[in-house]
Amino acid sequence: MTKTPSPRRSADDRGFRLVTGFFALLVVLLVAGIFVELFRTSQLSIQKFGFHFWVTKVWDPVAGQFGAFPFIWGTLYSSLLAMLISTPIALGIAIFLTELSPRVLRTPLTFLTELLAAIPSIVYGLWGIFVLVPLVRQLQVHTPEWMRKIPLFSGPPLGVGMGAAALILSVMVIPFTSSVAREVLKAVPNTQREAAYALGATRWEAIQAALRFGRTGIIGAVILGLGRAIGETMAVTMVIGNSPRVSASLFAPQYTMAAVIANEFTEADTDLYLNALIEIGLVLFIITLVINAVSRLLIWSVTREASVKPAKTASPAVSAAPGVAA
Amino acid sequence: MKLAKFILAGALGMVAALVGAQTVQINGAGATFPYPIYSKWFSEYNKVHPDIAINYQSIGSGGGIRQLSAETVFFGATDGPMTEEQLKGAPGAILHFPTVLGANVPVYNIPGIDVELKFSGAVLANIFLGKITKWNDAAITALNPGVKLPATDITVAHRSDGSGTTYIWVDFLSKVSPEWKDKVGVATSVNWPVGIGGKGNEGVAGLVKQTPGSIGYVELIYALQNKIDYGTVQNLEGEFVEASLQSITAAAAAASKAMPADFRVSITNAPGKGVYPVSSFTWLLFYQDPKDKPKAKIMVDFLKWALTDGQKYAGDLGYAPLPKDVVALEMEALKKIKL
Repeated sequence: MTKTPSPRRSADDRGFRLVTGFFALLVVLLVAGIFVELFRTSQLSIQKFGFHFWVTKVWDPVAGQFGAFPFIWGTLYSSLLAMLISTPIALGIAIFLTELSPRVLRTPLTFLTELLAAIPSIVYGLWGIFVLVPLVRQLQVHTPEWMRKIPLFSGPPLGVGMGAAALILSVMVIPFTSSVAREVLKAVPNTQREAAYALGATRWEAIQAALRFGRTGIIGAVILGLGRAIGETMAVTMVIGNSPRVSASLFAPQYTMAAVIANEFTEADTDLYLNALIEIGLVLFIITLVINAVSRLLIWSVTREASVKPAKTASPAVSAAPGVAA
Repeated sequence: MKLAKFILAGALGMVAALVGAQTVQINGAGATFPYPIYSKWFSEYNKVHPDIAINYQSIGSGGGIRQLSAETVFFGATDGPMTEEQLKGAPGAILHFPTVLGANVPVYNIPGIDVELKFSGAVLANIFLGKITKWNDAAITALNPGVKLPATDITVAHRSDGSGTTYIWVDFLSKVSPEWKDKVGVATSVNWPVGIGGKGNEGVAGLVKQTPGSIGYVELIYALQNKIDYGTVQNLEGEFVEASLQSITAAAAAASKAMPADFRVSITNAPGKGVYPVSSFTWLLFYQDPKDKPKAKIMVDFLKWALTDGQKYAGDLGYAPLPKDVVALEMEALKKIKL
């Protein structure tokens, strides 16, 4: 036995590095391959519509007129609303489970929130149709007249629409955001809290200190949820009303990019139609990449600001879409 | 010893059977609407001919046409006849063979109304164009004297996914309404002027069942299974006809008198007494000069069986059987396939 690594062992190390490096490279190749293939197979549509594809509101398969704007709008709007609803709830769950919950409750509650993530989206969709949509319709029916004058609550009470989609998305996103946020808070060293208490902080102030310490990870948790919301297809298409119109109203039936691809791909009968649907996929891909890049920048700027302080924050690696290398 | 010999003999026999059977696999793809009857046919046919296995993937009419044109499947299936452009795009001449008939019905949910409403083509087109917006519109009440329709808003429900069902519905609407033809047109998915989209027949049925004041269209079998009210539709003769296997078959019988040689015919709004006007054929697609002759022979035999013995399975699954005249014409047309 020598203290320096044996030649055999260093050869093992090299082999291991090569193999794992190859696997990492595979992911990069896969992403590049998806991009190239989406770009290549949407050429007809790219050449015909150019940039107008992004801003045109008409989607008319009969006339061969295709524009992605209503779908881009629907995807971004529903995801944003879902974030607004789910983030406070998910963070509340995470804070309760790490900072406040009695020990007996911790494991069953964690298990239950994470169980939400395991439910297939088609089941969420069915629950949406039979439980959530009728509830939303009742809310809409009982919306007072003065509120209906606000664009946010205008339109007939259909039940299906942006409001129902945002609600179902938030339920689906909560377990993702809360479990990552919980891990982040668990990783905050206890010395941080103890220091806060030592300075005479209240419980709430100590929690604030912990949140501040783990903020990059928490932003990451929110971005992970956003990625889930943007790409969700089945549950959304079942409750959003599938109508390619741009509206700010929560009552209005709208459409998302993932939903239109799922709905129309099989029966797309002309090449241009098929190319336009694939271009929607490309648009979705690009938007996801941009959101990832922006979130990386955000995390980076926050960490840089925080790096003046001695301890590095614990933040699990996150990206808005699984498999997308930022 | 005896037992061992017995087992050995059995094993050898099984191997011989597996080698000797040489099951022929034939692949097809296309429309989802006829999938239940096609899978019934293929499994029944396999019971009679254990050496023949026909696989069918219900990937949609558009997909079926594309796969057939790319020659990745032996046969295709579609709910809307192929366009001239699509036929030109295929590497060889393609023949259409109607197999069964289906129909769409207007389903509605109006609180307090449980009678069968009467619709004309023009009224349906105007509802789906968004021009008739209240249930007590004069155009609807004029068709339904004695029914006290409420002043509630109409919510239109349509398919969100591309579908042969939609094709049949809008094909009917554009025959009865020039405005529909100009503004919207005919395809498996269209740019709907109004309404909310549900995925699949079950999605539209669900929306209509849940949304008070709604109207939609589904295949007849879905309206029956889900017990949703559906209305009668006025045909070319002015009669208000309820969709039934008889009235759907009658639509095809009426059309068979003027059947084009390639069977590419729309029978929506067909003339004749007792005809339900929102009916349609669904077609199987074959190359006229298939490359694989043995498979072609098997499929021709299968089609002869499906058009005769196979028709008896249609009714139970919600399809109307073909009229005799059409079957006779198809038997003649099958001779065009070069074996």
